[in-house]
Amino acid sequence: MRRRIRLAATWTALSGFALLFVYPFIWLLSASFKPRSEVFDHRLIPETFTFDNYLRVWQEAPLALWMANTLLVTVLAAVAVTITSAMVAWGFAYFRFPGRGFLFGIVLATMMLPGAVTMIPVFLIWNDLGMVGTLTPLWAQNLFGSAFYIFLLRQFFLGLPREPFEAAKIDGADNWRIFTRIALPLCRPAVVVTLLFEFQAAWTDLMRPLIYLRDSGTFTVPRGLKALLDQFGFGGEWHWEIVMTASVITTIPMIILFFLGQKHFVRGIATTGGR
Amino acid sequence: MPPTRAKVPRRRSMQWIETRAALLFISPWILGFLIFTLWPVINSAYLSLTDYDVINDPNFVGFDNYVQLFQDPKVGLALRNTFVYLVLSVPTHLVVALGLALLLNGATRATGFFRTAFFLPKMTPPVAVGILLLMLFNGQSGLINGFLGIFGIDGPAWTTDPDWVKPGLVLMNLWTVGSSIVIILAALRAVPQELYDSALVDGAGWWRRTLRITVPMISPTLFFLFIVDSINALQSFTEAYTAFFGSGNTTYSNDAALFYAIYLFQQAFEFLHMGYASAMAWLLFVVIMVITAVQMLVTRRFVHYEGGRP
Repeated sequence: MRRRIRLAATWTALSGFALLFVYPFIWLLSASFKPRSEVFDHRLIPETFTFDNYLRVWQEAPLALWMANTLLVTVLAAVAVTITSAMVAWGFAYFRFPGRGFLFGIVLATMMLPGAVTMIPVFLIWNDLGMVGTLTPLWAQNLFGSAFYIFLLRQFFLGLPREPFEAAKIDGADNWRIFTRIALPLCRPAVVVTLLFEFQAAWTDLMRPLIYLRDSGTFTVPRGLKALLDQFGFGGEWHWEIVMTASVITTIPMIILFFLGQKHFVRGIATTGGR
Repeated sequence: MPPTRAKVPRRRSMQWIETRAALLFISPWILGFLIFTLWPVINSAYLSLTDYDVINDPNFVGFDNYVQLFQDPKVGLALRNTFVYLVLSVPTHLVVALGLALLLNGATRATGFFRTAFFLPKMTPPVAVGILLLMLFNGQSGLINGFLGIFGIDGPAWTTDPDWVKPGLVLMNLWTVGSSIVIILAALRAVPQELYDSALVDGAGWWRRTLRITVPMISPTLFFLFIVDSINALQSFTEAYTAFFGSGNTTYSNDAALFYAIYLFQQAFEFLHMGYASAMAWLLFVVIMVITAVQMLVTRRFVHYEGGRP
């Protein structure tokens, strides 16, 4: 009996908190369908239901272009970092060579360095290359792997049994073949986690687009959202409904991504401690 | 010829082949490290000793930038703001995450549904979190003060009153506590059931079991989250920058939300004081190292490692 009361209490508390966590989404979604004058009336169901905000935001901002820019950057960033990080991780996990421990120590040490230290010189590199204002600086660094993912994938590779690789070697497979045909497929869960994590990181990043992008035509969605806020919020017009609608449009792809990869997200975060 | 003599050079060449293969696989990282980490670190150290505005050549000024750091009242303000935010946000974040994870762990059914509900906000882009902060915590028309009004409480002006800006940011960021919940939940599931069984035999209540068994057993995880959250708090940028700074935002910008990373960003990319901003970055590096070291020294003795310290 006491056990049942405890379970009921747990359930009630959990439901209350779950509502608290989901409510801002519902509130935002609902507000995006309200006319300007009713945005802050806090009704769950809009009194006047309108699609105007969605039409208006499409006219006011090149949202489709921003989406295309973001998608391009995000896909390139995620694919590049996954391929190269897996290669490097495999190099550290499979082969024995002098200096391996030392080099991997450097990989770990770079994770401790705050991004602020390298931010300015890296900007100067892209500036010298004449790439400031283009989308390239937002993803091209990923072609060289990333310490966190190298660490994550190496852990996974180390957990694999060695026999299949030795067998393939005896059968005459070269190193590249062993990596692409045997090692990568065996560590698919870790590869998926890397893809998902980087996809989310690249999609939601604001700081790099703030540093590198100049005209509205090259903006990513978060950068564009900040521009809309500056224009329709702080600009003095206070068209919150436009900003809200754009926020909904920015967030929805991430929600979809989560539901597509929920299992991998949760397992990845639980095992790696997040990012 | 003894057979061993022929083997020695062969083995050496085998090792060379393996080393060469390994170097090929890790070459992307070596290149990236040299171009995007090692060179920038050296260059940043040099730039911090110069005046540099990108257009004109760097002008060597010795340690002037570092001297100026200690005279710039905004650096002091930004450091204080960041530190207050750290002290307010990290403990609340941990306590809320632990509480919700314990609740989830106690439920027997539909935990997947609740976990999803708690985790979903973590997927929201930080820009949108900053925007939500402005709307939900708006002093006059926000949802939070509307809710408080039901109980007759006159809520503060969260987004404009300097005393309430940081608490508002802390509360808003509690919304994205989901990944910590998932991490703690995984640790809770790994606590051996036998420990609880024997405690139940001894008649220990829920509180006692939680404080004496659960928390010590998952203390390495809590310690890890404490350190990582602190490092992140010291560098927090996006939510506060979105809500309180930026172009066109002259009337609303709020010095109470001027975090160190925001001031550094402004110095570098809005005022083009690249040398000064580089010196700021090195100060941040030192501050993070010192705070992390102190936290490790102070909290380590509360951390329980099953099977001894690693």
